[in-house]
Amino acid sequence: MTTRPADPESTAGGGFAWRERLFTTLQRRGAIAVLILVVAIAALTFDNFLSAQNLQNIVLQGAFLGLIVVGMTFVIISGGIDLSVGSMLALGGVIAAQTVQVFWPLALILPPLLCGLIGFGNGLLIAKAKMSFFIVTLAGLLGIRGLALALAGERPIRIDGGSPFVWFGQGQILGVAVPIVIVVVAFVVGGLVLARTSYGRVIFAIGGSEESARLMGLPVDRTKIIAYTTSGALAGLAGALLAARISAGDPNGGLAWELDAISAVVVGGTLLTGGAGSMSGSLAGVLLLSVLQNLINQLGTLGSYAQQLVSGFFLIAVVLVQAYLKRKQRL
Amino acid sequence: MDRGATAKGPSDLSTVTSWVRGRGVYLAFVVLVLFNLIITPNFASVVTVTTLLITVSPIVLVSLGVALAIGTEGIDLSVGSVMALASAFLPLYLGYGWPVAVLVVLLVGALAGLVNGSLVAFVGVQPIIATLALLVGGRGLAQIFAGGQSLPITDPGILWLGQGRLFGVPAPVIVAVVAVIVMAFLVNRTTFGRYVVAVGGNRSASYLSGHPVRRTLLAVYVISALLAALAGIIATARLGASDPSNIGLLIELSAITAVVVGGTPLSGGKVKIMGTVMGALLIQLITNTFISNDLPFTWAQVLTAVIILVAVYIQKGRGSA
Repeated sequence: MTTRPADPESTAGGGFAWRERLFTTLQRRGAIAVLILVVAIAALTFDNFLSAQNLQNIVLQGAFLGLIVVGMTFVIISGGIDLSVGSMLALGGVIAAQTVQVFWPLALILPPLLCGLIGFGNGLLIAKAKMSFFIVTLAGLLGIRGLALALAGERPIRIDGGSPFVWFGQGQILGVAVPIVIVVVAFVVGGLVLARTSYGRVIFAIGGSEESARLMGLPVDRTKIIAYTTSGALAGLAGALLAARISAGDPNGGLAWELDAISAVVVGGTLLTGGAGSMSGSLAGVLLLSVLQNLINQLGTLGSYAQQLVSGFFLIAVVLVQAYLKRKQRL
Repeated sequence: MDRGATAKGPSDLSTVTSWVRGRGVYLAFVVLVLFNLIITPNFASVVTVTTLLITVSPIVLVSLGVALAIGTEGIDLSVGSVMALASAFLPLYLGYGWPVAVLVVLLVGALAGLVNGSLVAFVGVQPIIATLALLVGGRGLAQIFAGGQSLPITDPGILWLGQGRLFGVPAPVIVAVVAVIVMAFLVNRTTFGRYVVAVGGNRSASYLSGHPVRRTLLAVYVISALLAALAGIIATARLGASDPSNIGLLIELSAITAVVVGGTPLSGGKVKIMGTVMGALLIQLITNTFISNDLPFTWAQVLTAVIILVAVYIQKGRGSA
């Protein structure tokens, strides 16, 4: 989706060019290669792995995280991190559950709107007040979770199954679950914005060097604010959809999802230092995480903690490979 | 006279502002204590104060290590999972006596720190990612070693560490105070402390000055993990059972908050040990204030978030000036 043209200088290196291109491709497309490999092994090991039902389960499992990851990709490429997304998801779910009886479309509109507004606040503090993104979104992580718990009275709020709203979590369009359709649209739009618009170019420029981007006269502050607003809005939407899926707004939902989202983005080949990455890589990262989860569920003998171990190990492996490839590229 | 007074006015004001900026956390703490003295019933009692100090001890231990990591312009997110690892390993080796068990646990902690430190110092992975991996994977590992269950601890030596007293002072508080003194000495009075600040201030300048940058970074993450392992032992001892799924959960957030509110900038180059201790006390006191006044605890979280933002916003002014 976001094939960036190779540096003209790097291809002029004679005999090293092919190696360099191989390493670059590995870094950017490694996640997709690993995903294909894992799926192939899984398909050979488990008979029903490739069944339509199981595949849909895998994608559905990753759909809610996927929405968050689209926003997170923008934020991380711009050189920041949004730690508040897990709490935003919880807040979005709670708002949806509380407004659905009043007028059900509100449950779909208000969560992304309000969470987007909070994201806008994050962006303002980061871009205008020049506060560290880490601190601002960490405060968001704590404060928004507190807000969600307080609003919900620390208990999940049930959503009436008869409401048209639950269709957005449980319904289907042409046999495909609605959340999947929505997340696919989000990835396509996100990928196009990142790769084909000037806004996307500015995101890459800021991540590469904020100082240079500013000196070039690019709208650095505005771009960053939009990135954090998008991230918040998508997290709120994910919360609303998840609430529709499970027929409840859970103020404890999305706990530590910010870490999963960061893992997915980094595994997908986006550098945490910003300036490089792709939406397709992030998509592969999300799918990889849910395939691993699915495999561990299928094995059955391993507890839920095995998944944490595998995720942690995976993250380290990817980071080590990235560090190795980066060193090779420099030689 | 008059002119002298007017000329002195603004400068007085700016001294006051900068004093407040540097010691905002102390001021906030004093205000909160006064507030509690007025509204919280039985606040000025020995029980209340010891409870506060005992609860805050593991957070202080962990925060000291995180402060060191942040001082090098890094961060250590893995502390909570290292606590879980410590909790999982502790009962496994108690058969050989408590000193052996403690030693093994500290070794496991040191090993975790070596992994973090090597990734940061030698591979060049960003600290947030290197320690994120252990945060995610470490707890899973702890649960596998513990067989997914919580084991009771009956060894009197270990239990004393969590529940005992020496001259009326609770053992966890003694451990925390000793750790604070050692760390304050290490940071303010040793070459290692100078290196930490130098590496955090400007890594390449420090490297070019011939400082052992990599060794310093490695040591910082090992120390942080050792302190986390110690905190894990104390938390387990207090509970009287190992609990790898809950011990140290989300403590990295409290620790980072304590460090930042205490005046250590995330951009590195400065480590405030006493500020960190006050930051940890302040956060715990906020929580206790809400609990002891029967206020919904969740609003304490919101208030903590606001305090973080305000503290950092105020300190930013000083940093850029």
